[in-house]
Amino acid sequence: MKAIHQNSTRNRRLGFLYTAPMGLWLTLFFLVPLSIIVTYSFLKKGLYGGVEWEFTFAAYRQMINPSFFRVFLRTLWVSILATTITMILALPCAYAMARSRHQVFYLGLIIIPFWTNSLIRIYAWIAVLSSEGFINEALRTLGIIQESLPLIYNQGAVITVLVYMYIPFAILPLFTVIDKFDFQLLEAARDVGSSKWQSIRHVLLPNIRSGIITAVLFTFIPIFGAYTVPLLVGGKDSYMIGNIIVDQVTKTRNWPLAAAFSLIITAVSTFGVLWMLVSTRKERRRMKTGRAIV
Amino acid sequence: MNGSLKPTSLVTPVKQPVGPYRIPKHHVFQDHRRFGFSHIMLLVVILFLFIPLIVVIVYSFNAGKSMRWAGFSFQWYAHLLFDSQELWRAFANSFIIAISSALAATFLGTLSAIGITWYRFKSRTYVQIISFLPMILPEVIIGISMLIFFSAVHIPLGMVSIFIAHTTFNLPFVFLLVSARLDEFDFSVIEAARDLGATERQTLVKVIIPAIMPGVFSGMLMAVTMSLEDFVITFFVSGPGSTTLPLYVYSMIRYGVSPVINALSLVLILSIMLIALISRRFLKTIAAAS
Repeated sequence: MKAIHQNSTRNRRLGFLYTAPMGLWLTLFFLVPLSIIVTYSFLKKGLYGGVEWEFTFAAYRQMINPSFFRVFLRTLWVSILATTITMILALPCAYAMARSRHQVFYLGLIIIPFWTNSLIRIYAWIAVLSSEGFINEALRTLGIIQESLPLIYNQGAVITVLVYMYIPFAILPLFTVIDKFDFQLLEAARDVGSSKWQSIRHVLLPNIRSGIITAVLFTFIPIFGAYTVPLLVGGKDSYMIGNIIVDQVTKTRNWPLAAAFSLIITAVSTFGVLWMLVSTRKERRRMKTGRAIV
Repeated sequence: MNGSLKPTSLVTPVKQPVGPYRIPKHHVFQDHRRFGFSHIMLLVVILFLFIPLIVVIVYSFNAGKSMRWAGFSFQWYAHLLFDSQELWRAFANSFIIAISSALAATFLGTLSAIGITWYRFKSRTYVQIISFLPMILPEVIIGISMLIFFSAVHIPLGMVSIFIAHTTFNLPFVFLLVSARLDEFDFSVIEAARDLGATERQTLVKVIIPAIMPGVFSGMLMAVTMSLEDFVITFFVSGPGSTTLPLYVYSMIRYGVSPVINALSLVLILSIMLIALISRRFLKTIAAAS
């Protein structure tokens, strides 16, 4: 690490001065709002939105409700499925990109849709899938179908679009770790007689573990909190926790319940981050002892 | 060779007959040109990513209103340019927010990255954690918590609240990109400046800032893009009269396919391509940061 004069009090003060503005900003506009949510989840619901200052577990009791539980299970299931599909597509993709001589070109191709407005991207899928959309119109013109195929407003559409939205989140960290990987290790494994798949499974994958974990987290967590995709391409039976939260805020005006649901998502995310920190720390310790996994 | 003193013989390597060398079969692994399984997957994913966008772009030139092809026309672009005041007002709002929040985030984030990378002090770990969390939490949570916060402290919802929200979610990214740049920075340059008698401020302005400019610049570009892109958080913290472009698009697509949005898509995708082209040197850093 490159810390100047670790013990100098003068520089201690300087470091603090440089960092204080951002620290204060994030404390005030991120940590304080988050603490307010924690507090609100234990308060009584106000009549017209807002809260009354009375301590209660009412919000948490309302959560124990079969219909909410169903949404929770569905959210979990959709997140796991979409993350798995994303990873299966993203791993070989990132591998091919890292080994390519046109890395920047491919990165650009991944980043362009990634940076394009998320609503435009969802809209593009509506234009492709809806009953008067591209696919249905094309099939009708070709005379293959008369009635429109139900391609949108169902669970399949939600998962497809979720994979579409979040696959760059997986490809980019995977690309970064695979790019740093020493490919001679793979050849060494091949030289001692392992097959291509064996060498990938036992040499490449363990060495890019940290990137895989990051990729899983960066797709799973936003999908778990997804709101726009199930709203715009899902049907009535594709509601996810994110939708419940927003409905509680904007329609039902039950802020404590929205806060309690938000805390669940926050807890899941924090747990994921801790898991990532612990496993990357382990990996760093192994790197220090100079052992790549072979 | 044969004792020839021609100068060319000094530089031209002499070809020696070499027995046929067979590349071990598995070393085709190394061959970049081979079209293997991973390349097929890459191609499939890139097609998957671009097909919906291409469909929308193609149909932006459609003369008809639906997704049935009715001939080529620029009419929706004319519509977009001359007949969409509300859209352009939303765009102006988005633009103001994007520039101002990116500037604020870049300023705060850069200072902080310098402080964190080079100094040790008490609240260092705290800032590191708090700058990491907003990136990982789902947008809905950040949006809701800010909405509740603004209503609790009586900040009216509007341009100001959107500015605060955007600066908040942009800060961690700028901080991370600049930190990445600082990590590569040759520390001895600063010591040299100090040894030559530069003050802290002179070192900052004349040595550190010019050296980290590429990181700062890419951080700012990313902040502008993310701010222009954000829908979910803005959705919560916007008020009447502060409609941004994504909010406007949202209100339009709720009523189904709109050819004007098709035309807008092409404009937006082209500008994203331009930004990606400008920042192509930093794409790897950006990939590592996101």
